[in-house]
Amino acid sequence: MIKVENLTKRYAGFTAIENLSFEVGKGEIVGFLGPNGAGKSTTMRILATSMPATSGRATVAGFDVFTQSLDVRRHLGFMPENVPLYKDMRVSEYLNYRASLKELTGRRRRERVGDVTELCSLREVEGRVIGRLSKGYRQRVGLADALLNSPDLLILDEPTAGLDPNQIRQVRELIRNLGKHHTILLSTHILPEVEMTCNRVVIINRGHIEAADTPENLVNAMRAAGGIRLEAKVAPNDDGRVLLAGLPGIKEVCLEQEEHEGPEEGWTHFTLRTDAGRDPREEIWRLANDRRWTVRELSRRRATLEDVFVELTHGDDL
Amino acid sequence: MSKFLTLLAREVRAYFYSPTAYVVLCFFLLLTGFAFYMDVALLSRGPTEVTVVEGFFNSVPFWIGFILIFPPITMRVFAEEFKMGTIETLMTAPVRDWQVVLSKFGGALVFYAVIWLPNFLYFVAFERIAKVDAANATGAFWGSFLILMLVGMFFLSIGCLASVVTQDQIVAAVICFCLLTLYFFAGLLTFFSPNVSPILRDIVSYFSTLEHMSEFSKGIIDSRRVVFYLSATALILTLTHQIFQFRRWKA
Repeated sequence: MIKVENLTKRYAGFTAIENLSFEVGKGEIVGFLGPNGAGKSTTMRILATSMPATSGRATVAGFDVFTQSLDVRRHLGFMPENVPLYKDMRVSEYLNYRASLKELTGRRRRERVGDVTELCSLREVEGRVIGRLSKGYRQRVGLADALLNSPDLLILDEPTAGLDPNQIRQVRELIRNLGKHHTILLSTHILPEVEMTCNRVVIINRGHIEAADTPENLVNAMRAAGGIRLEAKVAPNDDGRVLLAGLPGIKEVCLEQEEHEGPEEGWTHFTLRTDAGRDPREEIWRLANDRRWTVRELSRRRATLEDVFVELTHGDDL
Repeated sequence: MSKFLTLLAREVRAYFYSPTAYVVLCFFLLLTGFAFYMDVALLSRGPTEVTVVEGFFNSVPFWIGFILIFPPITMRVFAEEFKMGTIETLMTAPVRDWQVVLSKFGGALVFYAVIWLPNFLYFVAFERIAKVDAANATGAFWGSFLILMLVGMFFLSIGCLASVVTQDQIVAAVICFCLLTLYFFAGLLTFFSPNVSPILRDIVSYFSTLEHMSEFSKGIIDSRRVVFYLSATALILTLTHQIFQFRRWKA
């Protein structure tokens, strides 16, 4: 549905994205992640024909975004960041206006406007002026607009920004339902949201793609970083660090001195990094048992997409 | 075409959503009302060479009001879209750039024409009450209306140009006002210094709006003026279109 090849965009003296290449297949929900200023919006704008790239090629539904922009627009629903709307229009009036711009006429237009009004639960605010609506409703008006022409591809730039947790949940639900019939490319900062809604994730940083895979694969690859936490009273003659490092499947042992547990003499915290896909907790327990250590915590921290994100993009915001 | 009409309808309606339209309308009617009063008061003192229509369209209060209405009409057309970011939703719908530019200009022109409608009631009222013709011939009415539309088109296109270069409406209004004032006073050159060379005089009279107004309100419809204003409007709109594309592309 989307094919991006070596896309580069330079603003005066600043490169927003460089040699970006990725593909989005039909029916996928792809999450587009990256720190602020990574080039997410730039890429989405280029795909939505809102501005041209400096070099490279991108096609949407088989049409070139630059030379066949009108065809691209016919197959596309785009919701820009911050959802710009005409604040002086009423909701139904705005949707009708947008529908005729999107070449819907007569009965078909009435049907589609009715459909998206229902789908985005806008019935009760239909007659209200957009400028007086809450942020959540405006977001939904923007989404309704993007859906009007039943687009093959939906591009949503931060669809849940500025919403409260309930509204986020509603929008997420809506997106997941839409995913059954549409291909969706969405950007967001809320990572659990991506894990819940997207089939695939593209992480970009400083205009480059850092990773592109399913959320599960990314997290699995990172599981080592999640690691195992052990809190034990090590026998006085033992060097816990060396013993633990000798176990199979352990990559690295870190000692943690926890300042706030000053009075608790004798307890040591270990953070163990393990090889990918291995869970050596059993061996650790056996070791501790053999050496007569007192264990009060042995747990595995599950890596999340957040760990992946931080790992891949860390340090750049400093 | 239907998309152009959709865009045009939205532009025209946008004027009446905002209070600006009504403020401009009231202000302009007040000034022209005053101009008309002065006109009639002057003419009722004794026999003159001018008709009511001529006197009205060539009076100082009329011109002050006339120059002042353009900036508030056109300042928002592009600047607001850029500022609010709605340009992005607009330009990702299947519309062409020139459709947007023409609809914005067209919307302004329709609103401008609406502002004019009540003004012609002055002459209707005058003829009814005074039982005297407001002009020597109906051609004077048509001529006045025609030149108003022609000059209006040209000035509105300048306003659109001013609005497309900035995202601040006030800046757009100021640019528009400066350009129009400059243009208007350049046309008064021969009036200020009568001793200029005949070539310069010819050049100035070619674009002097004041002189054109005086001709047309007598009923002299000169096709050179029609061509001048139409082509100048087309030129400025082309320029507007170019800048519009450039701004979107470098953004």
